[in-house]
Amino acid sequence: MPDNQVAPHNLKHHFADLEQQKETSTFGMWVFLITEIMFFGGAFSAYLVYRLHYYNAWVAGSQTMEIKLGAINTVVLICSSLTMVLAVHFAKLGRRQWTALCLVLTMALGFAFLGIKAVEYHGHWLHHEVPGPNFHFEHVGNYDPHQVMIFFSLYFAMTGLHALHMLIGAGLLTWLLVANARGRFTTEYNTPVEMVGLYWHFVDLVWIYLFPLLYLISHSHNG
Amino acid sequence: MSSHAHPTVKMFVAVWIALLVLTALTVFVATLDLGPFNPVVALTIATIKALLVLLFFMELRYSTALTKVGVTAALFFLLILVWLTLSDYLTRGWTSYINPFQ
Repeated sequence: MPDNQVAPHNLKHHFADLEQQKETSTFGMWVFLITEIMFFGGAFSAYLVYRLHYYNAWVAGSQTMEIKLGAINTVVLICSSLTMVLAVHFAKLGRRQWTALCLVLTMALGFAFLGIKAVEYHGHWLHHEVPGPNFHFEHVGNYDPHQVMIFFSLYFAMTGLHALHMLIGAGLLTWLLVANARGRFTTEYNTPVEMVGLYWHFVDLVWIYLFPLLYLISHSHNG
Repeated sequence: MSSHAHPTVKMFVAVWIALLVLTALTVFVATLDLGPFNPVVALTIATIKALLVLLFFMELRYSTALTKVGVTAALFFLLILVWLTLSDYLTRGWTSYINPFQ
């Protein structure tokens, strides 16, 4: 940078300009999300292998899912993705109050999702579908109930990890709200809002695949 | 920076509506018994939804070439993960190797 130019206070000294800094952040965030894709990819592969081998148990387990609640949650998450994308949009325009409103809405929708998920978990608990010594599965079918327990183990592991990501997302949104209230973001510098946006949409992406795999694909089949 | 095309609110709302319509569609299709095609249809719709989120909400469409290459490489490696895993488990019955699932 030429000596006569004053550095914007958000620019770290090892970057040439704000654009290069932002592109570096974006790529770094994507690399992190790629590790997340591979991480969830392992869980999805395990799900696939077991479904192919314990097909009847998988059908029986998946038919205990409440499609209605799953669908409502899908809609809630899609709406939260819209409010997130609008938060980024308003942050870029430097409109602090609109940014704050969209961030609050995103967080509210995130907690609505977790609340509905908790209702579902409670239902599974009451029906003794939580893997462990109290697991009990009586639906008639040509399978070993232990195989259904594996289905539920993967169900809780995958939706649980997803819910954990949403909790972390809610924490990140809180951090953004505080920074936004302090006037940290301007039309030139709003990278954190954009990066949290990428993370939030990634969590939405995972659910886009979890919903059909856990709730939908075996709904009309006979185990 | 301003040389790139930038997404508009109108476009975000259009993508949002498309995602809602696709969700309704996939829930409806689940009530039909299409045999082996239920997973095919459901995963195709899910992939269209995922692409919409990736390209427009995550603004991959407007990203640098480096980011695009990185994400494409990740999807390729994800494919290898699933493909090699299945080429193991699905072919175990082809040999005299004892199948751990039986």
